[in-house]
Amino acid sequence: MAETSFWFVIAMTVLSAGIVVLSNQLIYSAMALLFTLFGVAGIYVFLWADFIAGVQLLVYIGGILVLIIFGIMLTNRISSVRLSQTNVQQGVGGAIGIWFFILISLVISKTPWLQADAVEPAGTVAGVGTLLLTKYLLPFETISLLLLGALIGAALLSRKEN
Amino acid sequence: MYELNTYLFVAAILFSLGVFGVMTRRNGIAILMGVELILNAANINFVAFSRFGGMNLDGHIFALLVIVLAAAEAAVALAIIINIYNNMNTINVDEASAMKE
Repeated sequence: MAETSFWFVIAMTVLSAGIVVLSNQLIYSAMALLFTLFGVAGIYVFLWADFIAGVQLLVYIGGILVLIIFGIMLTNRISSVRLSQTNVQQGVGGAIGIWFFILISLVISKTPWLQADAVEPAGTVAGVGTLLLTKYLLPFETISLLLLGALIGAALLSRKEN
Repeated sequence: MYELNTYLFVAAILFSLGVFGVMTRRNGIAILMGVELILNAANINFVAFSRFGGMNLDGHIFALLVIVLAAAEAAVALAIIINIYNNMNTINVDEASAMKE
C-alpha cells in the first residue's frame, strides 16, 4: 500500500511537471503546478519531513500559487483567447534539458553516496524549531529581513503611480 | 522505494523540466513557474540528503530558507511582470526586450 502510493505520488509529480512546461494554456500550467507542488509535499512526507511538507502546502500552494494565478489574471484579458502561449526553440531547450538530465543521472548513479542509518522521528517540528533559534538564528533573522524587504519592494513596485 | 537514488532522480527530472520551461517559455509568468520547479527540485535534494544522512535536520532548515526565498522571489517577480504589462501591454519576454518604452 505504501509502495503503491509512493509511486503514485512520484508519477503525479513528474507528469504534472511535464504539463507545467508543455501546456499551451497558461491557466492549465498553473493548475498542473498545483499538482506538482502537492506531489512534492507528498515526497517530503515519505522523507519523514512533516514540517517541511506542511510549510510546502501553506507557502507554495496557499501563497505562491495563488500569487501566480493572480498574476495570470491581471496580465491577461480572461475573456479573450490570448491566454494561450506557445513555446519557442523547443529543440534547443529540449536538447539542453535532456543533456542536463543525463549529466545529473550519471553523477547520481556513479557516486557512492555515504549513508547513515536513521530511525523515524516522532516529529521534526521541535528539532527544526530548536535549530532555527539556536544554530541558525542569524540566517533565520536575515531571511526574515529579506522577506520583509522583498514584500515592501513588491508593494511599492506594483502600486499605481500618481 | 526507500532509496536515495529514487528521490535524486525525481529531483533531476523536475530540474530538467524546469530548465526546459525557463528556456522555451515566452510568457514571463510561465518562466516563473519553471523557476519554481527548479527550486522544488533543489528542495527535494536537501530533504532527501537530510533523511539518508542519518535524519540530520540541517537539510530541513535549508529547505525552509529556500521556500522563503521562493516566496520573496515570486512576489517581486510578479510585481515586475505586472509593471511590464502596464507599460508594454505584453509579458512575452521576447516582445518586451527593449530597455525603454
